Parts: sequence; C-alpha cells; structure tokens
Amino acid sequence: MWNYEKRLQFPVNIKEPNAKLAQSIMSQYGGPDGELGASMRYISQRYTMPYREVSAVLTDIGTEELAHLEMVSTIVHQLTRDLSMEEIENSGFANYYTDHTVGIWPMAAGGIPFSSTEFQSKGDAITDLHEDMAAEQKARSTYDNILRLVRDYPDVYEPIKFLRAREIVHYQRFGEALRIVQDKLDSKNFYAFNPEFDRCKS
Amino acid sequence: MMAPGNDRMRMLHDIGVMGFVIVEMNEYLDTHPTDKNAMDYLAHYVRMKNQAMKEYAMKYGPLRISDADNCSQNEWKWATQPWPWEGEC
Repeated sequence: MWNYEKRLQFPVNIKEPNAKLAQSIMSQYGGPDGELGASMRYISQRYTMPYREVSAVLTDIGTEELAHLEMVSTIVHQLTRDLSMEEIENSGFANYYTDHTVGIWPMAAGGIPFSSTEFQSKGDAITDLHEDMAAEQKARSTYDNILRLVRDYPDVYEPIKFLRAREIVHYQRFGEALRIVQDKLDSKNFYAFNPEFDRCKS
Repeated sequence: MMAPGNDRMRMLHDIGVMGFVIVEMNEYLDTHPTDKNAMDYLAHYVRMKNQAMKEYAMKYGPLRISDADNCSQNEWKWATQPWPWEGEC
C-alpha cells in the first residue's frame, strides 16, 4: 500500500529549456544508477529480508527513491517542455524526440532503455546490502558528474545537489543495516549460513 | 504585500521542510529503533506537518487524499489544482 503527496520532496522551478542537460539528467531517472532502479532494488529486496529493522530501511528508502524519480522526471520535463524545433534539431535531442516527442521515458543518457538487469535482488542479506551501499555511491558519482555539467544553471544545480546529499545519507543507513545483520550472524564466519534461505536461525 | 501565489508557495515550502525532517528521522529510527529522543522529535514534526497539511487543504485543496475532509470547496481540487511537475504557477 502506498500514499501519494501531491508535492515534490525538494522544489524544482526551471525557467529555461535545455535539451542537452535534459539528456544527461534523464540518466538518473532510467539509467544504470538511476532512481527507478534504486527504488525497485530496495522494494524488491525487502520481502525475504529476515530482520525487521532492515526491511524498514529498504521500505522507507525505496519509498524515498520514488520521490526522487519524480524530482528527476520533473527536471527533465521542465528542461524540455518549451523546446523549439530548432533547439531539438541542434541539441542532439532529435533521436529522443523521434520516439517520445517530449514525453518522459526511462532510459540512460546514452539511449539504453531502463532494464531490471541494472539491479540485483540476490536473496542474501550480506550480498544485497553491499549492492545497496555500492548503488548509493554510484548514484552519488553520477550526481557529481551532472553537477559539473550544470554548474552555471542554479535552477538545476540546487535540486541535483539535494539528491546527491540523499545518496550519502542512504549509504550511511545501509551501512548501519549491514551492521545490524552482521551482529545477528556468526561472528567467526558471516557466511556460515544465509539468513534469507537456510533454516538455522541465530 | 504578498500575492496569493506567494502565500501558497510559502506554505508548500514549510510543509517541505517538515516533510524532510520526518523522512530523515524515519530512516534514522529504522536503524536506531530505541532512540526515544528521536521518536519524540519525529512525533513533534508529524503533529506540526499534519496541522499544516490541514490548513493547506482548506485554502488550496488537499495534498493527500486523507486531507480531503478539510475541503469545503464545491470542486474536486485534487484534480483541478496544479501538479508538482508544473513548477511555480
């Protein structure tokens, strides 16, 4: 069950369209380290997570990522909504325009469509939490790359900076979640059994 | 003097600040579930945000369906008021 609030987590008010920036930023919607993959990763992993605090982290961060993909989509929408045909033709946006006009569709900056192969749900608590921590760092790097591209566009810079900061907080929470898991396992061998599958519980 | 649009943006900004504190404390509490101070802090912000959401719903229409009981308007503002991706209006 989910509830929707009709507001953005952080305001986005972009005045000038810019198809080039839109094409880069789009990657954080449907790219390999984007918010759609992030949300699906955590929400998928939580069902077999045997520790309730960790399921809470996966649920709440997975939910926040939905608010982030709404922000990224909004940025892309506001950067493309008033484009002229000339801008579309001269900015390298014609390929996207051909298939989607200026509709929002999840794909990477390089044109690769969103795919669930970009995240894993391994059914192993240690493996999944390491994936989650890596995912937060990969998204942080992508936002750092985008921040260099948008340094002269404050309307775009501020919401991207907010999203980058959230990656760091989530990395911290997943690190704490990993420690909660390890504290419940055999301290001499964390890999003695998989708490999501093997029946011998601590 | 503030234009009506500005009052709306200010209320939305305040709700955003309170909403952010709630998200942040929620995620913190998930890995620190016995931190009583953090629970009290979160509860304080939940009460404040609920109040602000009610006031916003009465003035401009609901931001969530659970505030739809606070709208006396004879129009379904959930559908007719701007969507978040439209930006400042």
